[in-house]
Amino acid sequence: MIKKERHVLVIFPHPDDEAFGVSGTISIYREMGVPVTYACLTLGEMGRNLGNPAFANRETLPQIRKAELQKACKAMGLDDLRMMGLRDKTIEFEDDEKMIQLVTDLIEETNPSLVISFYPGLSVHPDHDASARAVVRAIRRMTESERPVLHTIAFAHNTAEVLGEPDVINEVSTVSDKKIATLNAHASQTVWMMREMEKKLQENDPEAIQRLLYERFYTYQWDKDFE
Amino acid sequence: MEIVKPDHLQELITSFANKDVYIHLETTNGSYAGHFKEGFFNAGAFIRNVVVNFELGKVAGDSPHRVGLKLPSGWIYAQGITHYTVDVHGRLLMAGLEAEGKLAVALEISETPFTY
Repeated sequence: MIKKERHVLVIFPHPDDEAFGVSGTISIYREMGVPVTYACLTLGEMGRNLGNPAFANRETLPQIRKAELQKACKAMGLDDLRMMGLRDKTIEFEDDEKMIQLVTDLIEETNPSLVISFYPGLSVHPDHDASARAVVRAIRRMTESERPVLHTIAFAHNTAEVLGEPDVINEVSTVSDKKIATLNAHASQTVWMMREMEKKLQENDPEAIQRLLYERFYTYQWDKDFE
Repeated sequence: MEIVKPDHLQELITSFANKDVYIHLETTNGSYAGHFKEGFFNAGAFIRNVVVNFELGKVAGDSPHRVGLKLPSGWIYAQGITHYTVDVHGRLLMAGLEAEGKLAVALEISETPFTY
């Protein structure tokens, strides 16, 4: 059961990071009337899928992905999208303090009761881990009683060894159409995968159904801080 | 982007010789390579908006081609170039796309800076 929040702040580095694991949850919050801000740090400029025959090139890809991101937000009913203007694959090389400040500014402005991001060190892509570090560090600096709850996504192979099983499991079947629309909105990244997924769903493949209908998070535990 | 026509690409590269030009050079296996294939040694390199002035540029080999730029005291080259285009800003964009359309290498030459 998803409880009502004051404001939800979602922070991810790439358009489509929200699609697989969070778009159902975001859609439910929006249907409940909870304000959701999505800060997307880059436009996925370094994405590798250009198609063959190519539908994009290195220089046109960001504009394509920007339009996809906007379409995805519309699908989720999300009306506060922030595009933060950083470059794909460079987040870990930015000044750490600048990244913490970026998150702090977003938190001070939106005053979220819940923040959703990745888990540092267990999110595979260097941008994911770097974003997660900035989010954790920014929240850690807040007075304990004022900290928003932090729900994180982790999917490295050793996640279960380190964190165990996710403690938050959101059932999102009521908004599965919105989730599928969000995934389809990011067509440049998902068109191949969606073809596969739709086939599996038609065959009632249990893994595909689980992946679509349940979104899993680890509540960040400050007594088990990553650093 | 279109599949490289070597003679045409050669003409285009030559048109940027002996001018200050901005370079984008990138090789990549994708950030998830090590996740999907355990033990994969993931290596790549990226430079963007570095200004050079090359005296000779060549397209070599059959597709996937190699493209090399000779600088007054150094070199730039890219291996695996399959596609190219000149965009609306007059920039020469070259890329190596794997069969399924994933970029593996890019070399781009422009008289004006690329975006961030």
